[in-house]
Amino acid sequence: MILHELSASSIREKIINREICAQEVVEDLFEWIAFKEPSVKAYLYLDKEGALLKAKEVDQKLSNGGKVGLLAGIPVAVKDNICTTGIKTTCASKILENFTPPYDAFVVKRIKEEDAVIIGKTNLDEFAMGSSNENSAFHVTRNPWNTDCIPGGSGGGSAAAVTANMAFMALGSDTGGSVRQPSSFCGNVGCKPTYGRISRYGLVAFASSLDQIGSVTKDVSDAALLLQVVSGHDAYDSTSANLGVPDYLAGINSVKDNLKIGVPKEFFGEGLNPEIKSAVTNALEIYKKNGAEIVGLSLPHCGYAVATYYIIATAEASSNLARYDGVRYGHRNQLSEDNIIDMYSRVRAEGFGSEVKRRILLGNYVLSAGFYEAYYMKASKVRNLIKNDFEDAFKNVDCIISPTSPSPAFKIGEKVTDPLEMYLSDIYTIPANLVGIPGISIPCGFTSTGLPIGMQIMGKHFEEEKILMIAKLFENETDFHLKKPELK
Amino acid sequence: MKYEVVIGLETHAELDTESKLFCGCGTKFGSEPNTQTCPVCLGLPGVLPVMNKKAFGFSLKAAVALHCEINQFTNFDRKSYYYPDLPKNYQTSQNYFNIGNNGYVDMIVAGKEKRIDIHNVHLEEEAGKLVHPEASDANYSLVDFNRAGVPLLEIVTQPDMRSIEEVESYMQTLRNILLYIGVSDCKMQEGSLRFEASISLREHGSAVFGNRVEIKNLNSMKAVLKVLAYETSRQSDLLDDGKEVLLETRLWDDVDAVSRRMRTKEDAHDYRYFPEPDLVPFWINQEWIDETKTTIPELPVSRRRRFVDELSVSDYDAGILTEDKFLADYFEECVAISQNPSKEFSNWIINDVLRELNEQKLKIRDFVISPKMLTELVEIKPTIGSSIAKEVFAEMASTGKSAFVIVNEKDLTQMDDTSKLNEIVIKIIEENPKAVEDYGLGKKNALAFFIGQTMKITKGKANPKILMELFKQRLSSISK
Repeated sequence: MILHELSASSIREKIINREICAQEVVEDLFEWIAFKEPSVKAYLYLDKEGALLKAKEVDQKLSNGGKVGLLAGIPVAVKDNICTTGIKTTCASKILENFTPPYDAFVVKRIKEEDAVIIGKTNLDEFAMGSSNENSAFHVTRNPWNTDCIPGGSGGGSAAAVTANMAFMALGSDTGGSVRQPSSFCGNVGCKPTYGRISRYGLVAFASSLDQIGSVTKDVSDAALLLQVVSGHDAYDSTSANLGVPDYLAGINSVKDNLKIGVPKEFFGEGLNPEIKSAVTNALEIYKKNGAEIVGLSLPHCGYAVATYYIIATAEASSNLARYDGVRYGHRNQLSEDNIIDMYSRVRAEGFGSEVKRRILLGNYVLSAGFYEAYYMKASKVRNLIKNDFEDAFKNVDCIISPTSPSPAFKIGEKVTDPLEMYLSDIYTIPANLVGIPGISIPCGFTSTGLPIGMQIMGKHFEEEKILMIAKLFENETDFHLKKPELK
Repeated sequence: MKYEVVIGLETHAELDTESKLFCGCGTKFGSEPNTQTCPVCLGLPGVLPVMNKKAFGFSLKAAVALHCEINQFTNFDRKSYYYPDLPKNYQTSQNYFNIGNNGYVDMIVAGKEKRIDIHNVHLEEEAGKLVHPEASDANYSLVDFNRAGVPLLEIVTQPDMRSIEEVESYMQTLRNILLYIGVSDCKMQEGSLRFEASISLREHGSAVFGNRVEIKNLNSMKAVLKVLAYETSRQSDLLDDGKEVLLETRLWDDVDAVSRRMRTKEDAHDYRYFPEPDLVPFWINQEWIDETKTTIPELPVSRRRRFVDELSVSDYDAGILTEDKFLADYFEECVAISQNPSKEFSNWIINDVLRELNEQKLKIRDFVISPKMLTELVEIKPTIGSSIAKEVFAEMASTGKSAFVIVNEKDLTQMDDTSKLNEIVIKIIEENPKAVEDYGLGKKNALAFFIGQTMKITKGKANPKILMELFKQRLSSISK
């Protein structure tokens, strides 16, 4: 038995049953990370000391016969745009290179309360802006399936860490696909719940109306476990929903008869890699064999989703990132400027990478006087049309299934010179963010070159339970989720 | 003057809440710099705003008191500009759905009523404060964020004011309304009430407005009036010379008493407003609006009118009494308790109570003499006389004792026993032959001397009316 290859649920079971102690799990994991990390580079920061301390606490609780939390002893990685008290939170940006928050994000507080062991902070595209991880100011994380390839983005670090067994589960954030797309590229289960299901407090904002915390796990049960812990209302996030959280762990095994699966034609058209198309088609066959009805449908306005997204997301980002000015914290050059404007300019010119600058410029442009109506207002209207499309569709189906991304993981450097091409890799994940519905990516096959293929299941608002159940149904029938890259 | 002045005002009033608009930090004025701050009001990464319900309710109350149409669906917007005192480099404010639109303020200018239309009332967050070092060669400035995030109400008028007197009256009336409804302490010296003015000139009878100049940095009502006078003459000089008044924003320099160009229209800010995604839209139900209406007290202008019409108070006195809601409350309470004419109380309050408050640096609510106590004093005044009543009042103000207690303790009841007084009168006349002589020579102050002597002996208790008669009788019989 190799400890770090186990799922989070199984390692928890073994810790709770006192088959192994939490400290052993951490020791084993860090040994493996020391071996594997140099070729993957999933982490920006590792906290072995803190992890051991927490593991010891869990072990002590158990040996004293005390009660332990839902995530007792499970080593968890946290994307580096989620605030952790006393641990640097950089967003993979030079501008926050030395920023240590004095507070925990809501989700971090929750996993700590449930006795998770935080092992480190994972790499991402700077401020979660990117689809490949190449926009990190520090280094590029590699896809464990093929280290010449990107792991996806922006949460490539979290996805690569879980795939390479360097974390049992990870927290990510998903603004346009940053949990789901890397999960599909790395062969994980990545879930972005409904907007408002999980508090955003402490998640460094990229685009506030689209950002949502999500889970990256080895299988669906682990996703249910992690979401169980981090979901729920938070008085410190006005947009978090004041709704009860169902028992996901119980829910995933409940079987639903007469399952109706919607398949939108717009998600299978031009630009879709044929191997991915056939993998998802085969997956639908498996559902069919299990009694599901496949319903063809149309989401006519989804063709505008990427354009709409890049107006709304950049507008919000331009404002959210305005606070990084060097006045109160973060990167600050020498006090040599003649005036405050020069100071702002230099701090931001030095602190931000080119993709972030591109989006700030675009966002400021679409909000400018004279352009606001033509861009931001128009985009908001189109966003409503896309919402209506989904609402109509969900009148007839339980979920909507599509590929997660039109292509598998691509080569490092392949798309860096063409931002538009890069943006299109999120074409299937973006609609769920615009609409605010939950989506989960699960492994459903491999390309001929051995790269994972992900399938996305989207559900109605606050129906995480149902999409987890539908995902679990597929997982029970297949073994794609058990495949791991060869260990070198 | 050849031109008509057209003025509009923007008023910023800090709302008097315990905590800030979006976080739990305190709002006390004058605390050590940066001691009332937290990750939220410092704009640290990842934090989110949560609306202060009390502040929101206060803004609704103000909008209702200013007769606004309430936007039941109201939302907040981000107003973007870079300044070191603005932690997020955007201010969460309202632009597209203000809490209130199209209201008005009724006021009295030179005895006449005038209505000023309110364009909108909205709620926003306050910025911090820059602290510039005193040394002239210092190459830094400091920022105090204690104030950042304090709830701020902005009240924007239509360009309805046509004279500086109207502006003065508007500012005072608005301040009174805000104080009356209890949403702001309106302390100008602490910056909790600030004004920005826009002023333009046009030929009388013209239907179009002239080019408008906005003036910022007005920290007192006096400054507003001074800058408007300055601008009126500056702009009319320009127009007289056939020159154009530039559309611009100017800053008032209180030291040199001049306005200076801050920016022209070309470099005006583009605030890039868009809906604040971190707050959900607010729906104000009719019930809340109705409930708020019941909490609005009678406002100063109508109260002043009522004091004149129903309580026979002079307009001038009514103006003073209604300037402070609690002073007016005090007055009304006295009138309600006592059978004495209300004029008696308005005199006492305006002459004595206000002087005493001023000397003791107190607010009426903290004044030791309650309305009940004042009415008691007025009841017994006929038995002690006006001048002793004043002394008793002073004693009450310093000790908090009732008029009855003081009068008993000091045996201050007036002496109006004619035979007793007559004995004293005879004695004084005998002892002061020189004064008698003076009186005979027609020196009027001789009588005052006699009365003064008597008061000394009787400790001021002698009834002066009776005394006067007795001296006159006695002295005239002597001189004959």
